[in-house]
Amino acid sequence: MSTVSSPLGSDTPWTEVHKLLLPAYWETLVMVIIVMTMVVLIGGAIGVLLFNTSNRGLFAHKRFNQILSWFVNMGRSLPFLVLMAAIIPFTKYITGTTIGIKAAVVPMVIAGVPFFARLVENALRDLPREVNAVGLVSCGSIWQIIVHVQLSEALSSIIAGITLNTISMIEYSAIAGTIGAGGIGYLAVVYGYQRFDHNIMISTIIILIVTIQMVQWIGDRLVRLTAR
Amino acid sequence: MIEIKNLCKSYPLPDGSIAPVLRDINLTVADQSITAIVGPSGAGKSTLSKCISLLEAPTSGSILVNGKDISRLSGAALRHERRAIGTIFQSSALLHRKTAAQNIALPLEFLRVVHSDIDRRVRELLEAVGLTDKAHFYPAQLSGGQQQRIGIARALALHPKVLLSDEATSGLDPQVTESILGLLKHLRDEFHLSIILITHEMDVVRAIADDVAAISGGVLVEQGRIQDLVANPDSALGRQLVPLKTVEPTQPHHTTAEITYGADGVVPEDWLSTLAEQLNARLKLLGANIERVRGKLHGRALLALDFKGVHPDAGTLHTVFHSLGLKASLGTAPLVPAHDVLLTKEKVYA
Ligand SMILES: Nc1ncnc2c1ncn2[C@@H]1O[C@H](COP(=O)(O)OP(=O)(O)O)[C@@H](O)[C@H]1O
Ligand SMILES: [Mg+2]
Repeated sequence: MSTVSSPLGSDTPWTEVHKLLLPAYWETLVMVIIVMTMVVLIGGAIGVLLFNTSNRGLFAHKRFNQILSWFVNMGRSLPFLVLMAAIIPFTKYITGTTIGIKAAVVPMVIAGVPFFARLVENALRDLPREVNAVGLVSCGSIWQIIVHVQLSEALSSIIAGITLNTISMIEYSAIAGTIGAGGIGYLAVVYGYQRFDHNIMISTIIILIVTIQMVQWIGDRLVRLTAR
Repeated sequence: MIEIKNLCKSYPLPDGSIAPVLRDINLTVADQSITAIVGPSGAGKSTLSKCISLLEAPTSGSILVNGKDISRLSGAALRHERRAIGTIFQSSALLHRKTAAQNIALPLEFLRVVHSDIDRRVRELLEAVGLTDKAHFYPAQLSGGQQQRIGIARALALHPKVLLSDEATSGLDPQVTESILGLLKHLRDEFHLSIILITHEMDVVRAIADDVAAISGGVLVEQGRIQDLVANPDSALGRQLVPLKTVEPTQPHHTTAEITYGADGVVPEDWLSTLAEQLNARLKLLGANIERVRGKLHGRALLALDFKGVHPDAGTLHTVFHSLGLKASLGTAPLVPAHDVLLTKEKVYA
């Protein structure tokens, strides 16, 4: 009898695990950083638009708000796996490929943007009602009020939103890994699941748990630092 | 000087109809005067306030500051003209992630004033509101009264001509309210401001208003100089300022006299016993109230007159009241004028 625990594969020795794990972890980080940068910029802008075209906003526009809101809801209604599969042609059109980090970024951004837009919209809605009026009577322009009043006052909640969103994106990156996007998810599926490589499986689980705990811890600290 | 002329404001309702909220408001606020606007909840006070602070455009009519209509501007022109109006909100309208000094600096930053000038102006304003030592405190570290002082300083940052306050002292306790009102009076003199105070608190009106206007159901129902209103027995606003609670007379057939006194007329302190002697009557007090209005005492009393001898005629009675500096209206039952139903004290809260 061999020491192999499964007829289909063998455990990567613990001393070798890091050779697979670290590059995969790096890929995940790159994926999440690229995605989050785009999500914060695009989703943030959409969130600001959603709030300011609502009846409480600086440039209320019911029709525009309804249409934008409809698109945002649409982006949020599909489970990530379905979304990812459904937009493969679009992904291919944009990136020229359907596998790898580049291909994973597209569905992740499309899933992350509406989520973050709602988080920002809610953060702005939670501000006291007079906040816009304060900006207006202080003779601020729309842009000045958005930056120095709305976003500045909502900073803590927005950081909390970014934390939440980053954690979802780490999760999504693992799902994207299953269709060959690379990263930790890919490692877990190909080695841990298909080859029954227990050591890889265990190490991917540990590294994901540690990462998510760390993101949450940093996020909480920043929220506390910015709260007044 | 700020003049509100034929101001109407209506809001479209979801069902397509139009709700008129303000109807043909005319009001003039003289330079350096303090005008109080009172009225029951839902009367349209805040809507009027939003029109004056240019947060809402009137449906028709105009708002003139020093003769210039500023009510229907937009964009940069609006931002430029609204510098003439400083607005104070009901407490807690400070930005919580900015310090007291940064809150005051906000309008100056928006105008891109150079930093050395901002620092100087902020220091001046902190001094004017007596909070120099709190410059670097965040709003959460300040008391309600201190927050309101910072709000006032922010409203003054751009040298406005008019200071507008919608319920700025509601929610503050009486001592703090008093100190804020004292500050407003002081600032009016120091910075030559016209002040418009929207409030449902009659104590505030009695303490500092020069003029009072009452809104009810979107209509301006009464306005005038406060001392004229309290001296006028027929003024509903005067009755709110010096309210009279009465009890039913035990013998309803008695002649009653409702007395209004104070203001500029000199009334002897012992008018009640003098009156009893001169009329040769026992006086029963059915209700009485004295209020200090802008530092002067104003009173109102309801008396039942029980004559010991012959009943004097109305002309004689009036001569006696007049010689004592009292205004009196005679009746046979407690007086409840029709306009009291419109503006009783109980109804006036926002
Ligand atoms: N944006 C709006 N749309 C429709 N009706 C409004 C709006 N704002 C105020 N109103 C109505 O106008 C009336 C006066 O409101 P408001 O000015 O807030 O009164 P006050 O401040 O005297 O209590 C109320 O009946 C209110 O329902
Ligand atoms: Mg109101």
